[in-house]
Amino acid sequence: MAKAQATGALAVTANDLRSGTVVFRRPDGRWSEEVLEAEIALTAEAAQALLAGARADHDACIVVEPALVEITMTGNRPAPRHLRERIRAQGPTVAYGAAAAN
Amino acid sequence: MYRYDEFDLGFVRERVAEFRDQVARRLSGEMTEDQFKPLRLMNGVYLQLHAYMLRVAIPYGVLSGRQMRKLAHIARKYDRDYGHFTTRQNLQFNWIKLADMPAILEELAEVEMHAIQTSGNCIRNVTADHFAGAAADETVDPRPYAEILRQWSSLHPEFSFLPRKFKLAVTGAAADRAAIQVHDIGLEAKRDAKGDIGFAVWVGGGQGRTPMIARKLRDFLPEADLLAYCEAILRVYNLEGRRDNKYKARIKILVHEKGTDEIADAIENEFASLKGKALDLPAAEIARIAAYFAPPALADLPARSAKLEAAKAADVALARFVDRNVSAHKRPGYGIVTVSLKPVGLPPGDATSAQMDAVAALAERFSADEIRVSHEQNLVLPHVRLDDLPELFAGLAAAGLATPNAGLVTDIIACPGLDYCSLANARSIPVAQRISERFADLGRQHDIGDLKIKISGCINACGHHHVGHIGILGVDRKGEEFYQITLGGSGDETCSIGEIVGPGFPADRIVDAVEQVVDAYLGLRRDPGETFLAAYRRVGLKPFQEALYADA
Repeated sequence: MAKAQATGALAVTANDLRSGTVVFRRPDGRWSEEVLEAEIALTAEAAQALLAGARADHDACIVVEPALVEITMTGNRPAPRHLRERIRAQGPTVAYGAAAAN
Repeated sequence: MYRYDEFDLGFVRERVAEFRDQVARRLSGEMTEDQFKPLRLMNGVYLQLHAYMLRVAIPYGVLSGRQMRKLAHIARKYDRDYGHFTTRQNLQFNWIKLADMPAILEELAEVEMHAIQTSGNCIRNVTADHFAGAAADETVDPRPYAEILRQWSSLHPEFSFLPRKFKLAVTGAAADRAAIQVHDIGLEAKRDAKGDIGFAVWVGGGQGRTPMIARKLRDFLPEADLLAYCEAILRVYNLEGRRDNKYKARIKILVHEKGTDEIADAIENEFASLKGKALDLPAAEIARIAAYFAPPALADLPARSAKLEAAKAADVALARFVDRNVSAHKRPGYGIVTVSLKPVGLPPGDATSAQMDAVAALAERFSADEIRVSHEQNLVLPHVRLDDLPELFAGLAAAGLATPNAGLVTDIIACPGLDYCSLANARSIPVAQRISERFADLGRQHDIGDLKIKISGCINACGHHHVGHIGILGVDRKGEEFYQITLGGSGDETCSIGEIVGPGFPADRIVDAVEQVVDAYLGLRRDPGETFLAAYRRVGLKPFQEALYADA
């Protein structure tokens, strides 16, 4: 699990326990599949608070593997900084299934 | 094919019921993730980048039409309408909901399938030559022995918590299509001068971050001693294998650190205490299992099919397909058909539900209801009349499955990589796609000839890059995907580990680099009959380094 960074924007991501879907924690404490809806923490304290809420949801069997991810902002639009997390947020970079075959 | 007896059926059903209860307790909060994770892994359930992934075991790569249809049904009903065939002859579903897992395992049990021991530090799915029981060059059908090993290793109480995972592969032909020398135990079934069956036993091979070629401990282990000897190997490994460092926990490290002689002595000592006791394989039991793998009723046919020859003369696409994708069968008038899951520009090893159903129907009609999954991520129809090839080819083409590239530069093995896998450092599939697009021209592919490109998205080497003629390893260099090239690897009976050619290439240069390697080969080969691997072994790294780094 990632530790809070002292600088830079951070969001909390996890996987939904039931479906496994990648989710991001929203400001209202609920979880969204859209990184655009994620709460963005700009200080270490805010990040720790965000993560603490996510861990509580982990303990309540709502999500698994909560972790902080670094975010870059383009205007008001947040996106994960690293490729791995971008792929988690947006899905595979390759077409698959019938969409690929057709 | 092997059919479950009441014992197999019983333990699979019991496991489904047990896992159903475990999933329910996890979802209700009665069980924590730490408690649940090892239990789900024992049932083949991983949490990958995007979702839960279910890995279904396909013992020694053998499937019936009915089983393939069930996989198609599961993909359609519970996943996103496709599945991924892996380098260990398994199938992975990428988008499964945890809550659906018990129902899926129940459906698998209906067709005598499961996901047990597809993860964890236990003996994994036993793999075998995908041409087993059909190949013209086969000495002994390895499937009965793979099945005996499956039964022995399933829920084996002593070997459920090994230092690390453990993989067995079995072949019965001198031409090794099962890559036995890069497995923890590799077995080659063979016959001696009297016609008796025995095994060459290779131990301590593997890929991953420390690739090693196995050592041959026995050249001809008597058939009856198979289980006692394997038990002795596993027992020595279980007791002496390292548990302090997961990267040094495979048996290959034990063999390397202790030395082959010391390990061989330990195994022989253990074997001496086991031999002649409960693990001896009775001839009657071998015969009972072998009967499940009796050849299908095949007709007496002339070796040459006039019908096929006429069709080939009229259709160059069919001729190309037969040239590359049909291998010699032990019975005259029959062929083994490789169904390529490597169409140009598509993810290697993926098949849609519709394609799985199509293969099932074609297998039932043309291949005695038998399908194989190859570790090269293709499917195989093992028993096809040459007379039927034109019709089969048309059926495959209609399903988008008639790519005539078996063994060619576009028949690429690639792990799921960073597009799916939580361990990966770099993407594999897009690199495979771009290479296959670059070499899409069939005439060029045929001119290049046999060439195995294998791509892994991390050092765990699921894409077998160490044994690729051209191997590609994806790494993360300061947040950027980089790709390292190895040359001269081979997973066959002339097994070798590829050598790193030099500094890696960024994603936008890797396809050019592969093309430079191929062009260098074309320029230096003695004649079109000298394969890439043969040419590499003759000239070594230097000419390829010069081609790749001329400007450096």
